[in-house]
Parts: sequence; structure tokens; C-alpha cells
Amino acid sequence: MNKCTERIFNGLVKENPTFVLMLGMCPTLAVTTSATNGIGMGLSTTAVLIMSNMLISMLRKIIPDSVRMPAFIVVVASFVTIVDFLLEGFVPSLYDSLGLYIPLIVVNCIILGRAESYASKNPVLPSIFDGVGMGLGFTVGLTCIGIVRELIGAGQIFGFQVMPDSYEPFTIFILAPGAFFVLACLVALQNKVKKNLAKKGKEVPKTAGCGEGCASCASKGICGGHLSGSETVSEMSALKKDADKTNEQEGV
Amino acid sequence: MQELLLIAVGSAFVNNVVLSQFLGICPFLGVSKNVKTAAGMGGAVVFVITIASFVTGLIYKFILGNPNIMGGELEYLNTIVFILVIAALVQFVEMFLKKSIPSLYNALGVYLPLITTNCAVLGVALTNVESGYGLLTGVVNGFATAAGFLVSIVLMAGIREKTEHNDVPESFKGTPIVLVTAGLMAIAFFGFSGLI
Repeated sequence: MNKCTERIFNGLVKENPTFVLMLGMCPTLAVTTSATNGIGMGLSTTAVLIMSNMLISMLRKIIPDSVRMPAFIVVVASFVTIVDFLLEGFVPSLYDSLGLYIPLIVVNCIILGRAESYASKNPVLPSIFDGVGMGLGFTVGLTCIGIVRELIGAGQIFGFQVMPDSYEPFTIFILAPGAFFVLACLVALQNKVKKNLAKKGKEVPKTAGCGEGCASCASKGICGGHLSGSETVSEMSALKKDADKTNEQEGV
Repeated sequence: MQELLLIAVGSAFVNNVVLSQFLGICPFLGVSKNVKTAAGMGGAVVFVITIASFVTGLIYKFILGNPNIMGGELEYLNTIVFILVIAALVQFVEMFLKKSIPSLYNALGVYLPLITTNCAVLGVALTNVESGYGLLTGVVNGFATAAGFLVSIVLMAGIREKTEHNDVPESFKGTPIVLVTAGLMAIAFFGFSGLI
């Protein structure tokens, strides 16, 4: 079981998808208008992640390498459809407020990234716990951002009034720009922590989100991996040509 | 005609896909270092989303939403079918451009594989179905949404080029200052909200 608890710790703290890896930014920005939405989105993603990790890990020796991406996408999309129906049936209020972002869990890079980088290479049990850890890490991240935005933007937490009546809420924080500002502060804080770690000579965890380049990105296999912010167009076309050449050599 | 115009302006500016719906944030942050790259990415997105909304619209109209097939109860397959169709379509478009229109391929080629995981494409396809748009309306909505993406990513790249050498607080260098810029742009785009 030691390996399993290690996976959970890894997902929650060491490789937290929101705070450390910066993955899945679209839902992070879009649904964190309140803590409840954040937790709902986080748990839905967790459910999909656990189930897809489990199934993909079971099928890892059956799925041929060349068609693994479409296969993963079908698995993930099926579970997303199931979650979509369950939410519609049992928590209609949450379903209404998350709306379009539930089907869009399919393209959340955390899920495909974990399938590609962990579940397709490891046995079933650790993969399940990897899903639990990553999912909970994502839930914690979304809930924290949701709490901050709801507190500043509406003076409430989980729908309960916590600020005194004299508090004038900054409505902008629950609107679109607030999401960008809160995330900006979060990343700045993370940069600060990283710098302190580097000063003390500790190992600095790498960011995997698309803003920081593709080298360490878990979903490199999906997006092609040759487009990071630091590269210029010519470098990218050079890479593309190389890839084409190898494709031709392989007779693809 | 007026209805189409309203939908177009609405999805391009009022409900801008990046700045108010948060779809396609990854390319928006990652590929906005200079205007030329941003324009290439934006162009590729316009191209793919327009074609994808047409194809998914066709599939929905004649297969998934068709009352004659399974009594029109296939709608629950929307997500699965759309994402696979989009992935296949992007591959197909890439191959087609490479063989037939090499000049366009050279301009857009690098960006095409990335677009499969751009949630804006699937987002538009699903919105079209959810809002009950027909084929033409769906394509117009897709084109306008993508045009909104193009406008915002090019603006963003322009601002980033101008502010590249500015004196930014140490911890805010890199992604955070880009996010702050995006926030300010989102506030600016609120100005469009009275338009419709």
C-alpha cells in the first residue's frame, strides 16, 4: 500500500495539477466563480480520472501503441458522458452552473496527460490511486481558488455570508477578469516559492502547463510537443520538417 | 440576416471565447509571444473551427439528432462523436493541405496538430447543438467565435511585444504578467457587452 499512499501524496502536494503543474487551466479559470462550483468540477474530474486511469491501465497491453490516443479519447469521452448524465439526474443545480464545461472535461489535459504518462505504463492499483491523488489535488486547487474569488467577489464562502454587511463586494472577482487576476497572483506566489527553494539548493518542481514550454509537459504526445512559448516560428517549422522527414522514412 | 449578424457579433466580441468563456487558454498563453506566430495560430483556429462546425453540424443534423434514426435518441453520443470527428478532421485537413495547397500548409501546418486539444473547437461544436443552431447559423457562429480568438490572441501578442522589456516585479515575470494583461483585456472587452 506504500506505493498507493505515495501516489496520493504525489497528486495532492508534490505534483499538484493546479498549483505545481499548471494543467487544466480552462476549467480552473471558468468554473471557480464560487467554492461550490470549484468542488463540483473537481470531484467530477476526479471521478472521470479514476475510472479512465483504471480502464486504460487494464487495457494497456491490448491497445496498440499507434492508436493509443484515439483509444484514450474514446475511453475518457465515454466516462465524461456518464458523469454528465449522473450530474444532470442527481445534482441539476450544479449541472446548470457548470454547463458546457462538463463535456469539456474530455479535453482537460490532466486526464489525457495522466493516461499517457502514468496509467498506460503502470499496473491497475497504483493507477487508480494516481487518479485519486491527481483528482483530489485538482479539487483542492479549484476549491481554494473558488473560495478566494467567492470571498472577495461576493463576501461569501460556500454560499454562506461571512463578511460583515458593511463589506462592499468586488464583483469583478467573480466575473471573467477576476479569474485572470487571481490566477496571476497564484502563479506569482508559486514563482516566489520556487525561487526560495532554488536559493536553498532544493530541487525545484517543473511546471508543465502550456505557458511554460513543452519540455516537461505530460500531454506532449497529444499536442505534438513542438510549440512552446520560447521557440520561434523558424525553429518550429524546422522541427515540423524533421518530424515529417522521419514520418516519410517510416513510410507513414 | 440580422439574426446571423447578431450571433456573429455576440460570439466574436461580447462573449469572446478566450476572455469571457475561457476556452483555448493554453494556446492563448503559450503562442502569444510575437504577432506573427499568434496570427498563424489564430488563422489555423479560424480554418479548423469553421470546417469543424460545418462537419459536426452535418453529423448532428443527419445522424445524431435525426428523429428517424433510433427515434432521435442518439444525442448522448454528441461528446464522443464530436471529439473523434474533430481529431480525425484535423489530421485530414493537415494531409489535404500538405498535398494540395502547400503555401497554406506552410503558414498553418505547425499549428494544426495542436488544435485537436484546443477546447474551443469542441466547445463551439457543443454550443451549436445546445443553442439549437442550424447548419448555416452554426457555421457563422463557429467562424465568429474563431475570429474572436484571432482578434484576442493577436492583440495579446501585440501587447506582449510592446511590454517585453518593461520592468516587471521579479515574481510576476513570465506567465503572471501575461495573465494580468489578459485580465485587463477582459475588462476592456466588457465594453462590448452593451452592444447587443
